[in-house]
Amino acid sequence: MATAGAAVAPAFLLIQGVTKDFDGYKAVNNVSLDITKGEIFALLGSSGCGKSTLLRMLAGFETPTSGRIVLDGRDLAGLPPYERPMNMMFQSYALFPHLSVWDNIAFGLRRDGLPAERIAERVEAMLKLVQLAKYAKRKPHQLSGGQQQRVALARSLAKQPQVLLLDEPLGALDKKLREETQIELVNIIEQVGVTCVMVTHDQEEAMTMASRVAVMSEGRFLQVGPPAEIYETPNSRFVADFIGNVNLIDGVVEVDDPDHVIIACADCRHYVGHGITGTEGMPVTVALRPEKIHVSRHRPVDAEFNSAPGTIKEMSYFGSFTVYHVQLASGLRLKVSQANVSRHKDEELTWGDDVWAHWARTAHVVLTQ
Amino acid sequence: MSSGSTPPVTTNAHLGSPGRPVGRMPNAARRWLPGGRASVIGLPYAWLLVFFLLPFLILAKISVSEMETVVFKDLITYKDGLLQLTIKLGNYVFMTQDALYLKTYLASLQYASATTILCLLIGYPFAYFMARAKATVQPALLMLVMLPFWTSFLLRVYAWKGLLSEHGWVADLIIGTGLDQVMAAVGLISAPGKLMHTPFSLVLGMTYTYLPFMILPLYGNLAKMDLRLLEAAQDLGATPWVAFWKITVPLSKAGIIAGSMLVFIPCVGEFVIPELLGGPETLMIGRVLWDEFFSNNDWPMASSVAVVMILLIIVPLAVFNKYQAEAQETRR
Repeated sequence: MATAGAAVAPAFLLIQGVTKDFDGYKAVNNVSLDITKGEIFALLGSSGCGKSTLLRMLAGFETPTSGRIVLDGRDLAGLPPYERPMNMMFQSYALFPHLSVWDNIAFGLRRDGLPAERIAERVEAMLKLVQLAKYAKRKPHQLSGGQQQRVALARSLAKQPQVLLLDEPLGALDKKLREETQIELVNIIEQVGVTCVMVTHDQEEAMTMASRVAVMSEGRFLQVGPPAEIYETPNSRFVADFIGNVNLIDGVVEVDDPDHVIIACADCRHYVGHGITGTEGMPVTVALRPEKIHVSRHRPVDAEFNSAPGTIKEMSYFGSFTVYHVQLASGLRLKVSQANVSRHKDEELTWGDDVWAHWARTAHVVLTQ
Repeated sequence: MSSGSTPPVTTNAHLGSPGRPVGRMPNAARRWLPGGRASVIGLPYAWLLVFFLLPFLILAKISVSEMETVVFKDLITYKDGLLQLTIKLGNYVFMTQDALYLKTYLASLQYASATTILCLLIGYPFAYFMARAKATVQPALLMLVMLPFWTSFLLRVYAWKGLLSEHGWVADLIIGTGLDQVMAAVGLISAPGKLMHTPFSLVLGMTYTYLPFMILPLYGNLAKMDLRLLEAAQDLGATPWVAFWKITVPLSKAGIIAGSMLVFIPCVGEFVIPELLGGPETLMIGRVLWDEFFSNNDWPMASSVAVVMILLIIVPLAVFNKYQAEAQETRR
């Protein structure tokens, strides 16, 4: 679906077979990507996966060993950072400590040699956009972390870049502030309408902010798609495991029909309500998200498929939901999360309870790699 | 402290109790001895008091004293019911009248400024590339800067005497390239071919000697600069050259000022280098001081000269300190 959408809109930022080789170590290994205009694109991966190197190549701080980066039909090869129509918001913000908020925002505009009144106009507009007008005269160290982040955003948007690069935009903020800022940041970016490439190791950040996400590992893209697609239909064990919580259960294809498959595992048989590309007897992995499993003391009506008895070994209360670790007969521990919809449950489950876990026919993702 | 409010009876009872940890000061003693913090701060203050403020006050006193053959007259005398305070300002007045002093002060400031500027011009690029060199070679470069300190300062200044006098190879090089003609034309040396005992040799010697004092604080400052700021500047459209002037230089202001002070202040009062490398026309205040103290034996006059020199130096120092305090505040 996402690929179809991308095919309709012309690629604005094109990354073609880009590789970055650091003395024999391929930090980025032959990646290709089309980013459409106005998109917020997230590169998601753990540290050392090459996402930052890729971003730095876009900004011009690193030169690709091979491959092309094309922006709006123009090859960026050989263009130094100060000539690229992209601006970056740095992870540590990199605000100039000796300049006031106003001068920080004006820095890029002054480099373009704009007349003073145009600069003032633009800086005022930026200050208003990030709601920092009354802090214009302050030095960065006199601001809170959240305010510094907004100054950094204003500074990187001041020159009206064609692409905004965000390096771990919310990494330095605490959890509560991060959640508020995520939405605010997206609102500002959409208001400005700038194409945005962000790098993050925080999957929540990627999911809430980005229109498309690329999951990176060891310099390669494992999966590229909208957040929901990556979450609900991961294409590999790595992606399923990296994004959110998941139970990975090994099994063998027992029945392979076009409209359903049955997969036999140690503790249960899975009835999967859709066909897969595979053959009978093929070993596969079934991925089950914890929130798609239900636990109950009662045996489900149809216990032949998609259910397994077990014992609650651990439970963690998170307020809005509780995670139970249900140990099955084979020793496999199933993570199950249940929303705490009412204040007092009719059925209070606790440590050591014997329960049944069951899930719907549409809950699974069958992974062949 | 709470010990102040504790009644002495309890204090004594505590003293006698066997459970009391050994090594702790009894409260009575603690009341009289300064605490650890006070003594750590107090020690340098005491040092400055004894070895700077006190001598300075003695000097100031001598400078306004009347000479009585070999001893100074007391400032305060009491005779026949008459309490007299005698302050002789004659020396200070004399300094304003004799053009020699004003000229020498100005010359000292001039030579010190020239040395400072030269040290900055040579030291800044040096410190910059040192700070940006590979982390593995930085200690070696730092070692090289400090290496001259391993040889006596006098020896090194004497060495310049040899290098710059006739048939010294530096002199030969300068004369061979005709640079001496240019220097004579701008007045750095009195005549072509003669390099020693000129403003040139003096400033060269001082620049050579004080260069490490410029490089070290600058290096310290530049090495800890956040290089991401330069990337940010480039990202916003600044060429590396512009980023250097707009970001690196302003951020190294504290280092520039520290280095300049470390060079300027000792240069103003420098005695040995002008004595060895300077000439008759490069009179600096250090030499005037020497002459007043040891040739003329006019201690009150010499003290006045010294007091004025100290004031000349303290003013820029005070400015530096003020800046430092501000910088400290901004860095927070």
